[in-house]
Amino acid sequence: MDNQMHFEYNVEGGNFTRAGYASSQIKKILKQLNVDIAIIKRTVVATYEAEVNVVAHAYSGTIYVDIDTEAVKIRLVDEGPGIPDIDQAMEEGYSTASSQVREMGFGAGMGLPNMKKNADKLEISSEVDKGTTVEITMFLNEKG
Amino acid sequence: MSGKYFHHALKFRKDVCIGCSHCMNVCPTQAIRIHGGKAELTDNRCVDCGKCYLVCPVGAIIVEQDDFSRIFEYEHRVALIPSILPGQFPESVSIRQICSVLLEMGFTDIFEVEHGTRILKDAMIKYMDERKDTRPLISTFCPAIVRLIQVKFPNYTGNLIHLKASLDIAAQYYQKKLLDQGVDPEQIGIFYITPCAAKIAAIKSPVGDEHSAITGVINMDFIFNKVYTSVKQGFSGKKTCTIPRMQHLQPEEILWTLTDGEASLMPGRALAIDEITNVIEFMEKIENEEISDIDFLELRACDQSCAGGILTSGNRFFAVERLRNNARMVKDQEKIRVTRESKESIDDYAEELGKDLAVNKILPRSMDKLDEDMTRAMQKMQKVQEIMKTLPYVDCGLCGSPTCNALAEDIAQGEAVVDQCIFVQKKYEQSGKLTPKESMEKMQKIWGHEKFEDSTN
Repeated sequence: MDNQMHFEYNVEGGNFTRAGYASSQIKKILKQLNVDIAIIKRTVVATYEAEVNVVAHAYSGTIYVDIDTEAVKIRLVDEGPGIPDIDQAMEEGYSTASSQVREMGFGAGMGLPNMKKNADKLEISSEVDKGTTVEITMFLNEKG
Repeated sequence: MSGKYFHHALKFRKDVCIGCSHCMNVCPTQAIRIHGGKAELTDNRCVDCGKCYLVCPVGAIIVEQDDFSRIFEYEHRVALIPSILPGQFPESVSIRQICSVLLEMGFTDIFEVEHGTRILKDAMIKYMDERKDTRPLISTFCPAIVRLIQVKFPNYTGNLIHLKASLDIAAQYYQKKLLDQGVDPEQIGIFYITPCAAKIAAIKSPVGDEHSAITGVINMDFIFNKVYTSVKQGFSGKKTCTIPRMQHLQPEEILWTLTDGEASLMPGRALAIDEITNVIEFMEKIENEEISDIDFLELRACDQSCAGGILTSGNRFFAVERLRNNARMVKDQEKIRVTRESKESIDDYAEELGKDLAVNKILPRSMDKLDEDMTRAMQKMQKVQEIMKTLPYVDCGLCGSPTCNALAEDIAQGEAVVDQCIFVQKKYEQSGKLTPKESMEKMQKIWGHEKFEDSTN
């Protein structure tokens, strides 16, 4: 056994009733691994935002989780429209969500900024009409 | 295993337990296992909600209480009663009758717990106002919920409203009042009539506050039976004792212990959720920040809050109805009441009591972690995943653990073995790894010998 764990979750585009399932599972795992509760909180908030983004914008996606004693890496890879201008998407309040999605309490344009606030490292790459990859990294051993 | 965190009022009687596992299957924190034909409690997982108590078919789970005769060790014997107590009786039994039976039993004073809510309510609103950055703030009214947050949602212990319970405020008030009348402190015995086990546990080992003004606890079902017997035998209560002038509760004070009793009085977006599995489901969402704009959460472990307490005797829906009727009546009679009301009131001590409401920090007590050390926790988790491949996902509980996953975790912790699983046993028997005799011994170890005796011979 090595000190590394890997998990994968599928995310279905457009299905908001299941949005948050993967985040909940990841939260459960981190709790079992006795990760600092403040780090768990930030991880889950960032992952939940990212997961909802996949549901709201993409057709389908996969979440890859890699955990070792140094860091938690969460990679969300989706097939979808992609983000034409990532910098613009990072601005607070910017949203392309439909009014339908907004009515459900999603799509306030706070997703990416909130992810950035909570993640230790956030990397986004995207190709229009292909999809988006979001990588959230959380460091486990840095204090403060 | 780390030390014992909590005192539990729920006790399992091995001599009575028949090892039926009903308790194991309803426990919301998976704190129960079956071993040697008996239910066993994992102390640090139990939050004293009492779900097990309600389903035990043989009464093997008991709620520890103080011996009633203890009240006679004191000259001043105060019965601290929750408003839910009169709610246990049909409308035809008046609060006057209930009180007179309590006096007949030996109490000298009766005081309703909910008087304390008057002081607490203002303190809670102030507390919320001073902590605008912490949301949602969570009520500490229900001790089972406080423990649930500690063990299952440790991230939210800081969101708990760190103020004394109305129960403690009421007890403190009455103590102070008697002391001011020159009563010897050694002669004051304050006994709380409790509707649940969690309150007892909280009094015997307070989570945040070490000292309680409450001397002892009497279970509500005990009092109910005494009162009801007395009423049934035709005791009207008017002949033998004079009822002391009782301070009257306001409608909102009467309703405080019911669902929405607190939430309806708190500022901002306040939500009330009752029943522990509902609370767990909701807290999972809060934890993911799926829901983030709530100011106040009133969470109660029992369905219908304290009306559904495990030591209540009446139907919980009728109890709710009666309390609501009482509250309405008080409202209607407000004008008459004011003139009748005794001069004494908890308000006289509001300032003094208000200074002393803070409790010590409520600490997280995570029960989910597989190990303190992350590397070892990862190894255990890998082991759990490995074991889960051989388990059937049926969650039948025949292994003595509540679910397949719980068994896998127990194995990873070195507290169980994989061939406790009946599916694994069948597979092992088939492949010759286990003889039928060995397989039988495995089951007997979990469920005891009696259940496997052949009675057809």
